[in-house]
Amino acid sequence: MTTATQGSVGTAHTRIEGRDKVTGAARYAAEIPFAELAHGWLALSTVARGRIRSIDTDAVLRMPGVLTVLHHHNAPRVDSDYVGLLGVPPDPSVALFQHDRVVHMGWPVALVVAETSEQAREAAEALVVTYDQEPHDVAFSAERQAEAYPVDGHAPGVMEKGDLEAQLASSAVVVDAEYTTPEEYHNPMEPHAATALWEGGRLEVVDSNQGTTWVAGELANLFSLDPASVRVRSEHVGGGFGSKGVRSHQVAAVMAATVLQRPVRVVMTRRQMFSLAGYRSPTAQRVRLGADADGRLRALEHQSLNMTSSVHEFVEPSAAASRAMYDADAHHTASRVVRLDVPTPTWMRAPGEAPGSFALESAFDELAERCGIDPIELRLRNEPAVGPVSGLPFSSRNLIACFEEGARRFGWADRDPRPGVRRDGRWLLGTGTAAASFPAGAMPSTAAVTAEADGTFTVGINAADIGTGARTALTLVAADALGVPTDRVRVRIGDSDLGPAMIAGGSTGTRSWAWAVTAAAEELRQSLAPGADIPPEGITVRSNTAEAIGALAQKERHSFGAQFAEVAVDPATGEVRVRRMLGIFAAGRIVNPLTARNQLVGGMIWGISMALHEEAVRDRATGGVYGADLAGYHVAAHADIPHVEADWVDDPDPDDPIGIKGIGEIGIVGAAAAVANAVWHATGVRHRHLPIRPDRVLMAGGDA
Amino acid sequence: MREFGYQRAYDVSGAVALLDGDGEARFLGGGTNLVDLMKTGVERPALLVDVRELPLDRIEPAGDGGLRIGATVTNSDLAAHPEVRRRYPALAQAVLAGASGQLRNMATVGGNLLQRTRCGYFADVTSACNKRNPGSGCPAITGEHHNHAILGASDHCVATHPSDMGVALAAFDAVVSYETADGPGELPLADFYLPVGETPHLETALPPGALITGVTLPPTPVAADSRYRKVRERASYAFAIGSIAAALDVEDGVVRDVRLAFGAVASRPWRARAAERALLGAPADAENFAAAADAELAHAKPLPHNGYKVTLMRNLVIAVLSELAEEATR
Repeated sequence: MTTATQGSVGTAHTRIEGRDKVTGAARYAAEIPFAELAHGWLALSTVARGRIRSIDTDAVLRMPGVLTVLHHHNAPRVDSDYVGLLGVPPDPSVALFQHDRVVHMGWPVALVVAETSEQAREAAEALVVTYDQEPHDVAFSAERQAEAYPVDGHAPGVMEKGDLEAQLASSAVVVDAEYTTPEEYHNPMEPHAATALWEGGRLEVVDSNQGTTWVAGELANLFSLDPASVRVRSEHVGGGFGSKGVRSHQVAAVMAATVLQRPVRVVMTRRQMFSLAGYRSPTAQRVRLGADADGRLRALEHQSLNMTSSVHEFVEPSAAASRAMYDADAHHTASRVVRLDVPTPTWMRAPGEAPGSFALESAFDELAERCGIDPIELRLRNEPAVGPVSGLPFSSRNLIACFEEGARRFGWADRDPRPGVRRDGRWLLGTGTAAASFPAGAMPSTAAVTAEADGTFTVGINAADIGTGARTALTLVAADALGVPTDRVRVRIGDSDLGPAMIAGGSTGTRSWAWAVTAAAEELRQSLAPGADIPPEGITVRSNTAEAIGALAQKERHSFGAQFAEVAVDPATGEVRVRRMLGIFAAGRIVNPLTARNQLVGGMIWGISMALHEEAVRDRATGGVYGADLAGYHVAAHADIPHVEADWVDDPDPDDPIGIKGIGEIGIVGAAAAVANAVWHATGVRHRHLPIRPDRVLMAGGDA
Repeated sequence: MREFGYQRAYDVSGAVALLDGDGEARFLGGGTNLVDLMKTGVERPALLVDVRELPLDRIEPAGDGGLRIGATVTNSDLAAHPEVRRRYPALAQAVLAGASGQLRNMATVGGNLLQRTRCGYFADVTSACNKRNPGSGCPAITGEHHNHAILGASDHCVATHPSDMGVALAAFDAVVSYETADGPGELPLADFYLPVGETPHLETALPPGALITGVTLPPTPVAADSRYRKVRERASYAFAIGSIAAALDVEDGVVRDVRLAFGAVASRPWRARAAERALLGAPADAENFAAAADAELAHAKPLPHNGYKVTLMRNLVIAVLSELAEEATR
């Protein structure tokens, strides 16, 4: 096979399914037809806390087309006492209709199932539910620190090294600042949708999710089913961003399909997604930096507070984002939660790092100003040789290379550090920078690669392509491992019957799947004798990377990046517009430059959006989100996004068979801080509360 | 959603007859607001009478030298019309500052005037709202009102009117024409929207069952030197947090004529007559522009979280009038 084309990885390749998507041939979960399909509509609570007193189903059951109403008196029982694929128990919120308690505004209280979606909706909206309402508490603020406690999430809650107060006391310069980020939502374009049916004794679910192994496992556990009797498929996914795990819609659809013994589809509305699909908690953060006059850190403290629901702990580990970034003699980080009557927050693109980097990297800019040192130079002076807290070596750390390349291309050397001195008509201009990091990891996965009799290869890997280009990336990886051109490789994904694999999450998907595909493909390639006949059923080799990944040495494994932004601010109106942005990343080997750039630019655009627009307002009186739709919740529009450029430096991971690290999240990290730092440079005013709204800029006489 | 009937009308009297004053029937223009409200249950009409095929899609000279704009003219066609762009540039700019290209291709002039507030409490049927459910209360006053009214509001409602187009029409003394079963009628835009008072659910002075047939702009020479500036929380596809339509005629450094209207500050496009009075005959300088803004905003009653709008509107008056004055001297 030495004559085959080599080197697909690293070359730009359009999406394998691109034509299907743009022509409409690709079907999303709610578009796939089923015979005898019934439609379920979730009815949500109109109080934020209390008990259901009554549900008047009689009137609704007489409405046209209505088949059943499921609620806490009649719904199938489920078991939420288990630990799932990601090593955590499920949010009990997905155990629908098991009791009369209402835990938050928009809590599912019933599912109305009817012959058509419109009938189900009309009946669900007509359903009269009465409540014994109880006082609720949704008032998140930094003042709630006294009731908060640290939680270990995917990172330890608290890590401490050295005597913080002593180091602060002996520091020539101290920055002590509080930062907040608001409640943020990751509504994908495609709403959550699932169809469940029983077929041949198996539960089949057609869904839109970030990992069918994961969702199938959760459903098997919840409904006490043999895992082999649950199949979940999710072929095309219109965005996930952390929101598409096990959610009310799948559980409701399975319940109704079980009761009615016919296929049932449940789709969330955009408005329902604001209480059922998860979100990023608001954060209140405090950063204290103590440094010598030359900027060398003596003390780094990063405290973060987020809210979670009354039924499940979810920590937004914002403080953990500081642990790999900069060394200090005393280094204290803690992420805490306070429980309120709100939906459980969840992973949203770069959980922890996105809000955490806003606080840390803004504080670093403040320290640079106070020390009179260039912000990039300040970071270079605090570059650690090993993990600042762990003491572990870095697998690779190319942050300096990112800053050097970024500074060159952005024109940083010509920057006048003084704030508030550049004008273009009514606009004040400024530039800012910030560092980025995100953990790099791999999780065990299985794959199967088959050499077909016609000379092609079929790869079965239960990956999820949530718009990232995973299907295409894995085709390139498989082609290289097999030593064949990409047109001889067919990749099947998104089906739990393909065998266990990691979810699309934590920037670990492509690396985890590529490892398994490479292992199987290389073994197959070695086992195929040149010119030998392939039997009609093909020759299949399977892989499981659990052992190889388990043998990886403990190291600090991260992607890094440097973000640069130029903004214009109209001080008379408070308008902030980003004029250009550049991100340079050290994020492992890049499999497909085309879709990788798309990922990174997408993250940076989200960072602009986070800096300037995104904010959900929780109404303290009702306990729900005010303006819960995409007219009320603003994300950046096209006109907000100027020239955004992303590129990378060479940074192959030495411990990965292909050199991959992961690029799903790092694009957003540091982006909001770069924008905020640029707003300071433009105006001389620090904005420590996101988003940097016009009214905040307008009314900020001094520091905002 | 509720099942509803649908009828298409082909002439004005037929449209009025089809609706027949039925309180559960609605005229359907572009549907860019009504259909959204039907999806969320804010509007639950039993019948839609589609008026898009009515012969009201012309922009023509009016008898007195003004311009008559048909009610079904799309926002896109209005903004692109050469006479509108030449004689009333702030109107074209206002329309282009609103919505998106797709929405402007659908939305009509009549529908734009009748669009409903984007107050989040109004849009959420689980919430109290005096405008949607009279007597249920106004949660915005003690809740989220960051983008609510500072002028002309009441203890019953602090919602704003979302139109950009209407702000320019208010500045230029537009007159709304309508048809009822009893014949045609007219309402100056200044009288078209009712004061909020205790009845925020009653929004316009149109008689029941009336169909808007057009809007007439009087000949307003000062409008040829006009501008619309819209401030919003993102660069496009967002409602204003404050906007201004301004026209200025300066001779020998003195204001000879001026038109000023504000958007996103009241339940209707807000004609700033106090500011205009303060400016007429005064030197066209920043000091007077500021004084004029202060004269208008002296009546503002901001809530705890929307006081910035007073500053914003003051700054906008100064900035936009200064630009126009500077251009006038070139």
